[in-house]
Amino acid sequence: MNEGKIVRVNGPLVVAEGMQNALMYEVVEVGEYRLIGEITRIEKDRAYIQVYEDTSGIKPGEMVYRTGSPLSIELGPGLLGRIFDGLERPLDGILELSKSPFIKRGVKVNSLDRHKKWYYKPIVKKGDTIEDNDILGTVQETELIEHKILVPPSVKGKIIDTVEEGNYTVDEPIATIDMNGDRKELYLMQKWPVRIPRPYSEKLEPTEPLLTGVRVTDTIFPMAKGGTAAIPGPFGSGKTVTLQSLSKWSEAKIVIYIGCGERGNEMTDTLTSFPKLKDPWTGKPLLERTILIANTSNMPVAAREASIYVGITMAEYFRDQGYDTLLVADSTSRWAEALRDLGGRMEEMPAEEGYPSYLASRLAEYYERAGRVRTLGKPPRYGSVTVASAVSPPGGDFTEPVTSTTLRFVRVFWPLDSSLAQARHYPAINWLQGYSAYVELVADWWSKNADPKWKEYREYMVKTLQREDELRQIVRLVGPESLAEKDKLVLDVARLIKEAFLKQNAYDDIDAFSTPQKQVRIMKLISLYGQKSQELVEKGISVKRMNEKITIVTDIIRSKATIKNDELEKYDELEKILLKQFEELSKEV
Amino acid sequence: MSIIGVREYSNIGSIKGPLMVVQGISDAQYNELVEIELPNGERRTGLVIDAGMGSAIVQVFEGTSGISPSGVKARFLGRGLEVKVSEDMLGRIFDPLGTPLDGGPEIIYGERRNINGEPLNPAARQYPEEFIQTGISAIDGLNSLLRGQKLPIFSGSGLPVNQLAAQIARQATVRGEETNFAVVFGAIGVRYDEALFFRKFFEETGAINRVAFFLTFANEPPVKKILTPKTALTLAEYLAYEKDFHVLAILIDMTNYCEALREISASKEEIPGRQGYPGYMYTDLAQTYERAGIVKGKKGSITQMPILTMPNDDMTHPIPDLTGYITEGQIVLDRGLYNRGIYPPINVLMSLSRLAKDGIGEGKTRDDHKDVSNQLFASYARAIDLRGLAAIVGEDSLSEVDRKYLLFGELFERKFITQGVTENRPIEKTLDIGWEVLSELPESELTNIKLTYIKKYHPLYREKK
Ligand SMILES: Nc1ncnc2c1ncn2[C@@H]1O[C@H](COP(=O)(O)OP(=O)(O)OP(=O)(O)O)[C@@H](O)[C@H]1O
Ligand SMILES: [Mg+2]
Repeated sequence: MNEGKIVRVNGPLVVAEGMQNALMYEVVEVGEYRLIGEITRIEKDRAYIQVYEDTSGIKPGEMVYRTGSPLSIELGPGLLGRIFDGLERPLDGILELSKSPFIKRGVKVNSLDRHKKWYYKPIVKKGDTIEDNDILGTVQETELIEHKILVPPSVKGKIIDTVEEGNYTVDEPIATIDMNGDRKELYLMQKWPVRIPRPYSEKLEPTEPLLTGVRVTDTIFPMAKGGTAAIPGPFGSGKTVTLQSLSKWSEAKIVIYIGCGERGNEMTDTLTSFPKLKDPWTGKPLLERTILIANTSNMPVAAREASIYVGITMAEYFRDQGYDTLLVADSTSRWAEALRDLGGRMEEMPAEEGYPSYLASRLAEYYERAGRVRTLGKPPRYGSVTVASAVSPPGGDFTEPVTSTTLRFVRVFWPLDSSLAQARHYPAINWLQGYSAYVELVADWWSKNADPKWKEYREYMVKTLQREDELRQIVRLVGPESLAEKDKLVLDVARLIKEAFLKQNAYDDIDAFSTPQKQVRIMKLISLYGQKSQELVEKGISVKRMNEKITIVTDIIRSKATIKNDELEKYDELEKILLKQFEELSKEV
Repeated sequence: MSIIGVREYSNIGSIKGPLMVVQGISDAQYNELVEIELPNGERRTGLVIDAGMGSAIVQVFEGTSGISPSGVKARFLGRGLEVKVSEDMLGRIFDPLGTPLDGGPEIIYGERRNINGEPLNPAARQYPEEFIQTGISAIDGLNSLLRGQKLPIFSGSGLPVNQLAAQIARQATVRGEETNFAVVFGAIGVRYDEALFFRKFFEETGAINRVAFFLTFANEPPVKKILTPKTALTLAEYLAYEKDFHVLAILIDMTNYCEALREISASKEEIPGRQGYPGYMYTDLAQTYERAGIVKGKKGSITQMPILTMPNDDMTHPIPDLTGYITEGQIVLDRGLYNRGIYPPINVLMSLSRLAKDGIGEGKTRDDHKDVSNQLFASYARAIDLRGLAAIVGEDSLSEVDRKYLLFGELFERKFITQGVTENRPIEKTLDIGWEVLSELPESELTNIKLTYIKKYHPLYREKK
């Protein structure tokens, strides 16, 4: 492979000469430190290189070394529970090696540990014919996850040799195949170029909800396995906390959390809290199903751009094993800014607000990699990649390019509202502006598994909230006291919906996670309250009198944080008292 | 950086804004330090921002005015922008290149460090969870500061932010602990009287020997302003991670920093972003603000308190906006409160401490802290909402409960938020005042507080005991 010579260094952009035959998106090593870079433009024998590490001290005349391959990552046992940077370098490994709390440049550490032995159980036998994405065997990687060892895409052939069940490292051969007359060895590990989507057999519509344990994102604007969601909001409105809740409590089998240009402490928070938390669906430590990718705001900008692709490739790899995976990216705005920064240095023509003209197509490609699929390979299986991304609009302005473009590609929209956040109404998802294309689709699941009336309850709540908004406009003109009693009641019920159902404290041990069963219990009480009180108001009881007499409402509001998911029978008691208080009150008619 | 000696060139191609093109050099390092000597012997400093074959673009810190292409010598020093840092800097005043401004001696024994620092490995961080008592109720009770946090103050011009910062610096303690603390103070493009205010303040409180000042004045060239927080934080990192100090880093005023950044960007003819600030301002600010925290296995810490002025009191302006997107919350000062004579004029609803949750509650402050704080927020938000409504429709058209909220809001501002400039409230006092004002509301409204705490702390039940 020929080497080139640096002729220019301008921040993360390095230009090198003598790069005949270099490939677009080829990875190169730059200068004496052998910094990692990627070729993003070629003009004759000149290559423009985007360098993923700080280029201070690099000078013209130093060499550029080609690798011949595009930016690829290692996929295999040993990903789960780890923290990587935007190029899949293990940050825990770097910490150990560099003996410094700071990230040094040019450190080379393998993504997957080469020494660790994994207990591999082969499924295929000598003589079997295998092809793309067949399951060769399995490794119980964590208590929670059985890692399926896959035939790499576009590999086919007949097995001429396979190892016995036993302990192997990721780079010891576990099978040998005859591929068109050539011998080819297969390993526990494979590589994949991150900018290319992994192949699948067929894309399907989502059918099941992705339960999150967060009431508003389960019931009002539900998510589906294989769906796409965006959560835009100004700073401090709750994007990260919501995404963290999702990665903690959602029913996904595998969670990949990308901290893209955000805070260092947020990654540390996840890294320290996850091992102590239990997955509510399985009771196992959460970190066993989680992979963290951290390219914090103070780390080199170019690697921020790559981190998104690294994360989604990992998600696809687990999808191909037949798992439901969730990819969480915080924040795609920082990724878009990295595109802008790099585009600017390449002197590309900017489009809206300085972003490159290909912003929309990049976003589209990214969301397009989500979905539920029938995978390639034997045995037949289904998997999904669900994508939920934060968007951080400057000044909270949703008309800016990244937010408005993102909206075209996602099917669930959880807009955060600064006025709700300031009033500490969390999650601050605006219930009037939010949107989910999956309501119909998940209604079926809810009625079968939680309560046949789920949809009815949901609609009652949504309608009440909409009506409340209309009434609030009137109240702003004439004050609440001049409203008709039945309208006052709407305000009263809306308040109950907000306090008892929508507000959810992510930091309260009990409230943080609501099972579907608990959610419908609260919904049922709200709907019961609404129905009974309306009857009485129609018979002339004032809302004020009702508030005095129906004191159990306070306990209903408190119940989200007092009644645990496994003691829902306590709701029977609340329901009984509620009915009794209404009965008492009805005597006053 | 690799070892390379000093090279001298005197062929200057062009000069434009703060930039100077040096011809003939083919081995300039990106970000290499350059010493420029003028014919009259004057020396200036610059940095390589674009290194090519046969030429290099050098950004001159002091600006290029008075430089002519002939007779200038550019010496490429073979190293980056480094400053010597040492414990001896405490009690002293320096410019951002480490030159003493107080007439004292140069720092001779020190460690040379690149002022840009390096990114902390997230896997090396220790998550902050120690509560710092500032003695200020609006902060301690509702937006608590933790050791290792980066919490800015957003001010408006003319609001008493210096006074508040000084009060925090004086009162802040981690209770039950004698600490090895130090203050690193980066004053960026400030007025002379501001610099003097802080200096006098630290002298009067006897803390001056624990404070290192880095200073640039308003009339200095923009690049020097840019360097100020970087140098200050380089010392902070040295003190925290090598010398076990708990450092409070105060940076004032980050608005001046951002304006300097914009000025430099414009002179380089970069494509401007929102309101003319460069598109990379988020990343640039992050490289400053992220230099805070605690490192596993190290005894010290850096708590960062940047201060900025919101242009036109506008929190969506790019400077506060990008800052808020990076820091772990913000303390926001409010002109409305200030005009009503409330000190400190902290708007608690717009303020936020993201880390508070891990540093308060049982075993840390008091068991009821989280609930009381949630309740105060919820009730005050309602009160403010109703205050707006009452202004339009009149108080009389509100319900009885709503009127109680109005009263609560008033008391909350007068009793809880308001305090003296030297009043140092222990957290228990803060929470008790919280209960006192909450007790104006019917008990059934206190749905954010667990019943056990109501029984334990509500004045009604306490009196009975
Ligand atoms: N569900 C919730 N329960 C309790 N507190 C919450 C919840 N959501 C958000 N918060 C509070 O709001 C704060 C800010 O939330 P978060 O960090 O998620 O904001 P963000 O939108 O990610 O901001 P940024 O864009 O600056 O990263 C949190 O630190 C927490 O105090
Ligand atoms: Mg966030």
